[in-house]
Amino acid sequence: MAEWMTKVLAAIQQLGRFGLAKVQVLGRAGVFLLASIPWGGPGSAGMKDLIKQIYSIGVRSLSIIVVAGFFVGMVLGLQGYTILSDFGSEAALGTMVSLTLLRELGPVVTALLFAGRAGSALTAEIGLMKATEQISAMEMMGVDPLKRIITPRLWAGFIAMPILALLFSLVGIWGGAYVGINMLGVDEGAYWGNMQASVEFYDDVIKGLIKSLVFGLVVTWIAVYQGFDSMPTSEGISKATTQTVVVASLAVLGLDFVLTAIMLGSI
Amino acid sequence: MSSEEAFVSIRGLLFSRGDRLIFDHLDLDIPRGKITAIMGPSGTGKTTLLRLIGGQLLPDSGTIKVDGHNVPTLKRAQLFELRKQTMGMLFQSGALFTDLSVFDNVAFPIRVHTDLPESMIRDLVLMKLEAVGLRGARRLMPAELSGGMARRVALARTIALDPEMMLYDEPFTGLDPISLSVTVKLIKSLNDALNLTSVLVTHDIDEACSIADYVCLLSEGKVIGFDTPENLIKNGSEQVRQFMQGEPDGPVPFHFPAADISTDLFKRVT
Repeated sequence: MAEWMTKVLAAIQQLGRFGLAKVQVLGRAGVFLLASIPWGGPGSAGMKDLIKQIYSIGVRSLSIIVVAGFFVGMVLGLQGYTILSDFGSEAALGTMVSLTLLRELGPVVTALLFAGRAGSALTAEIGLMKATEQISAMEMMGVDPLKRIITPRLWAGFIAMPILALLFSLVGIWGGAYVGINMLGVDEGAYWGNMQASVEFYDDVIKGLIKSLVFGLVVTWIAVYQGFDSMPTSEGISKATTQTVVVASLAVLGLDFVLTAIMLGSI
Repeated sequence: MSSEEAFVSIRGLLFSRGDRLIFDHLDLDIPRGKITAIMGPSGTGKTTLLRLIGGQLLPDSGTIKVDGHNVPTLKRAQLFELRKQTMGMLFQSGALFTDLSVFDNVAFPIRVHTDLPESMIRDLVLMKLEAVGLRGARRLMPAELSGGMARRVALARTIALDPEMMLYDEPFTGLDPISLSVTVKLIKSLNDALNLTSVLVTHDIDEACSIADYVCLLSEGKVIGFDTPENLIKNGSEQVRQFMQGEPDGPVPFHFPAADISTDLFKRVT
């Protein structure tokens, strides 16, 4: 066989192997998720564990979410005013800031910050538990680590994310109001009035919340899976932590497009 | 040995990692109520054998019966039940939960598996800690313990649910002489007091021989010797004696297989 032919075949083989490996990871992660979602089982976690996890991944992410939300809102106020004032419609600033935050930036930026702050911590924590044989020790005590460690973390992410996203949007709207009303002189009544008139509870708030629920599940899933599947070495944990942030961020951005398209009825 | 006497009975165990065959049709019986030390050169799969007995790894084929239950065929829930009822494993690192205090580490399995009131859990935990001599250290966190203390706390945690069998993975590695003799004594006294079946994976021939009823020597995927320590030293094959007496060269060669040294040294490197 000609040499170029062998090379082409080898390249196709490699592509096939790569594809199969990725599908295998996806399958394993899927089975892992299905096994981890339901509560109950040997040594299952309780309400106390869930509350502890909501505190550690939700409450402790509050500062970064609130500060980031305020700045994003302020920038939106500033940019929005500059654009809107060209058309003499600065009164619509409240509408613009609130819709942008509730529909897009709230869920997406919160999910990205969450992946960096809580996701990486989850991966490193679980990876280290694996490296120090804590997970094996748990198994040998007759305690299912999926139910004890993974389930409460997964649910905590699922519960915390929409609340954080809502807070992000809320603080962002205040940030926009602060810049628009106090610094740029937009009429206060117009800012809040127009916002109230144009924001729809179902179309804007609920749909934004649905997005952040999906992001919450996906980001936490990726984080706990990466930790659980990591190589139990320092290099393995560092790789898994990076993977969490990269894969979760890309997944959030990709899913955001899909969800937006579905919600707007374009697909 | 008849199978009733054996707490763990392994037949035709085949296990490989990638292309490397770790166990090649291994047969082994671990007697009930005794301490059996499993020894052998590094890389023979001693720890792997413990993990196979504990059901953390699945063999390619063969049976591993623990108290009559064939571990590889158990369903997930049955396996967890068997581990809860029957097995305790002490890991080399201790594997304490770093976010829990010494007390809470020992209380963990009791809290998870029973509905006992907190006052009774306290008594149980203190008794277990007393048995390993660390009742006074109950408020410390794992990071504040020395290696030897951490292993003793882990031992107290492992016996918290009164298992029938204890699996020890390298319990003597990296301990100072005092901690070492304390651990050796503890393993022996716990085995006698609680009427346990103990399986000890170790490299420390002297310590193991001082407490083990039987020694099992593994090499290249097979059992090359199983007897009391005295008999093995006296009557074992040449390979067994080389290991037991720690001789650098013999049937197990000092050199890793390689080409002839003169050809290797004077080879033209291109």
